[in-house]
Amino acid sequence: MKLNINGKAVEVNADPDMPLLWALRDILGLTGTKFGCGAGFCGACTVQLDGEPVRGCQTPVSAVGTAKITTIEGLSASAWGRKLQDAWVALDVPQCGYCQAGQLLAAEALLRSTPKPTDADIDAAMSGNLCRCATYTRIRAAIKQAAAA
Amino acid sequence: MTIELSRRSFLFASAAIGGGLYLGLSPQPVGAAEAGQLNAWVVIPPTGRIRIMASNPEVGQGIRTSLPMVIAEELDADWAAVEIVPTMADAKLYGRQVAGGSQAMPTHYENMRRVGAAARAMILQAAATAWGVPLAELQTDKGQVIHGQRRAPYGQFAAAASALPAPDAAKVAVKDPKNFRLIGSFQPGVNNRAIVSGKQDYGIDAVLPGMLHAAFHKSGVQRAAVKSANIDAIKAMPGVRDAFIVPASPEYEGLLGGVAILADTTWHASRARSALKVEWEESPAAFQSSAAWAKMAAEAKAKPPALPIHSTGDVTTAMAGAAKRISATYEYPFIPHLPLEPINCTARVTGDRVEIWAPTQNPEPGRQAVAKTLGVPLENISIHMMRVGGGFGRRLQNDYMVEAAMIARMAGRPVKLTWTREDDVTQDFLRPGGWHHLEAGLDTAGRVVAWDNHFISYGRDGKFARAAGIAPNDFPAGMVDHFRLGATILPLIHTTGFLRAPGNNAFGFVTQGFIDELAHAAGADPLQFRRDFLGPARIIGDPNSRASYNTGRMRAVLDKAAAMAGWGRKLPARSGLGIGFHFSHLGYFANVIEASVSKDGAVTVKKIWVAGDVGRQIVNPVGAINQVQGSVLDALNACRNHAVTFADGAIEQRNFGDLPLLRMDEAPPIEVSFLTPDYPVTGLGEPAYPAVAPALANAIFQATGKRLRTLPFDFSVLKA
Repeated sequence: MKLNINGKAVEVNADPDMPLLWALRDILGLTGTKFGCGAGFCGACTVQLDGEPVRGCQTPVSAVGTAKITTIEGLSASAWGRKLQDAWVALDVPQCGYCQAGQLLAAEALLRSTPKPTDADIDAAMSGNLCRCATYTRIRAAIKQAAAA
Repeated sequence: MTIELSRRSFLFASAAIGGGLYLGLSPQPVGAAEAGQLNAWVVIPPTGRIRIMASNPEVGQGIRTSLPMVIAEELDADWAAVEIVPTMADAKLYGRQVAGGSQAMPTHYENMRRVGAAARAMILQAAATAWGVPLAELQTDKGQVIHGQRRAPYGQFAAAASALPAPDAAKVAVKDPKNFRLIGSFQPGVNNRAIVSGKQDYGIDAVLPGMLHAAFHKSGVQRAAVKSANIDAIKAMPGVRDAFIVPASPEYEGLLGGVAILADTTWHASRARSALKVEWEESPAAFQSSAAWAKMAAEAKAKPPALPIHSTGDVTTAMAGAAKRISATYEYPFIPHLPLEPINCTARVTGDRVEIWAPTQNPEPGRQAVAKTLGVPLENISIHMMRVGGGFGRRLQNDYMVEAAMIARMAGRPVKLTWTREDDVTQDFLRPGGWHHLEAGLDTAGRVVAWDNHFISYGRDGKFARAAGIAPNDFPAGMVDHFRLGATILPLIHTTGFLRAPGNNAFGFVTQGFIDELAHAAGADPLQFRRDFLGPARIIGDPNSRASYNTGRMRAVLDKAAAMAGWGRKLPARSGLGIGFHFSHLGYFANVIEASVSKDGAVTVKKIWVAGDVGRQIVNPVGAINQVQGSVLDALNACRNHAVTFADGAIEQRNFGDLPLLRMDEAPPIEVSFLTPDYPVTGLGEPAYPAVAPALANAIFQATGKRLRTLPFDFSVLKA
């Protein structure tokens, strides 16, 4: 089947039931998308479909259709994405960093729809993404810094 | 010394002096491994970027940034222009490569200063010769040698420098700390850009040519061997290349038996696993049950401790003569580590050589376990220390390294083993649970004259399980004239292990909660009571032991946290300030929590103020604050949601649905301040954790008058 990933058409030979997470990681070698729980709790596998954050582990490849997939490897194609990446680096958001791909894709979707988010907006948009190291206060600050950039 | 080693100039640690380590530099042999290699950590090529080795495992504590910063400071390199290169596991060359015990900084800080200073001294020596000027007239700045108006990059002298004998690191001059420019400055993690671009490889991202993806199915009741399994049916499933039974190693904590399934992708292996049917042999762990343990603990309470641990004075007489006696039972459960990167390891076995790509906090015990289990020589095992997606102590154990190596050998193919989250939860090396039956006696002035603790935890054969024990000198031993500590050990087979601030993560809750009760019983302010309890500044315990602490340093952080929070200020109804302190891992921490409790019992943590003292120098303030904030929020996980329970021998929880982690909307602001008295530099991964849970319990008590003594907290009792 054909997928559109980070602006490129990609041919993928995957079982239709295979979750997008595993097609990305184990077939296409796009390992920036992370496996965390396999059950939709943690958000480490967050990617965007047509700009909306979804759980890669809960999305069969057959359900993607013609939707445009954005992964962490394609985040810098977005102006918001670049601002967020810069803020994440400058404020030293990551500890282990494993969740941050998912956090950034959720944050980019937030800023695209809500360029000046309140704390409540950030809570609502980001509470699906776990950070085991608990870098939440920095994620919040970095979203605000990117919004102001 | 091997040929490989002798080709390089290297530093090694030997006898300790003055709290640090004496460092020797080997004489520079003829023909260095690479032109410009000045020692094991510093390579200065003729042109291009200076390379600094990051030799400790990175689990998110920032050590691949902070230790190279220390080297770069003394080397006087341009931090913006250096390249940080992670090393292999090689304890002979690099010394202790462990992310654990908050020990990397205390172990390596002074050493790494001398590593950098020694390399700089060699460059200066070579430059003095090349320019024909006195050594004393040379200066350095940002990777350049300076003589008057003349400047040249280090690289110009590096080849000559690498042929010089290395200086005696014990005598090499280091900077006066007041001249530090890099140490103490805000430096984002060196891998941040790769992380935010999806380019950072973690253990789970390792890929080898011809590699298969493995799932490994074990019994939830540990140490149950496979009796039979539908291997042929599994082998016939789509995408599956192989499946086989892995026999167990007989020794405790040896390889657990199970069924390995090897497939084209992780998902194919996982899907086939869901069709797996296994009959297990009976396990010696089948008796394990939380309900049964609770009963055993209650029975143990009625008897004297089976294992006396420590006694000073005469507790019985002092208690009898006390003006007031207070008793309470504190309790906490098994808790899991839950590193976000699931347990994984990639291995390739070629004959008797083993290559490992592992997210590990502690590679050397893994090397030994692989050597023993596979029967291969230690030196034939190479370990790539991959960036770790969270450790929290789980990856101090290397069980997965042995599994991957064994499965790869049996498969005859390189293998990436990936555990599911369910595997992670049900096969964790848990933080052991425990009970503390406490009694204290106060005199008429409200001073603590007697302290008695019957501690109940888990183990085997009369010995505590890993991370279940308590030390005889644990706080408040040495602080109370009449002190007694004894234990009873309940039987446990399931694996236990170190979790962030092991022991302390529970004992801090117990002691600081109980001390709060004593303060209220004495009619004293909880802060003032603690100040009085700590008493005058002095060292408690053997000054040469890691367990000894300075009550003056403790009081200073206590007072600082109280001042930051505005201790004593008036709060709205059903709101409270709670305070706690704890010493662990050489660090002094105190914190105040402001919490409010709604009528329906919902607890909101409004803010947390933390004061810490980890010695005279914070190497990287931004990383340090990150560690403290993370530790504090991690401790809130244990307050709110985390408990692992057993039934029929196995863990009952499965995934984050059963063990929720704190989320963005639940994370309070945390203000962190460091005191920097003139003591050696120590570590930060752990000591901010233990004082959090008691401070929350104490705040809730102030808000509601209800005392919470059991983790995780049952907030339903707080309804108005």
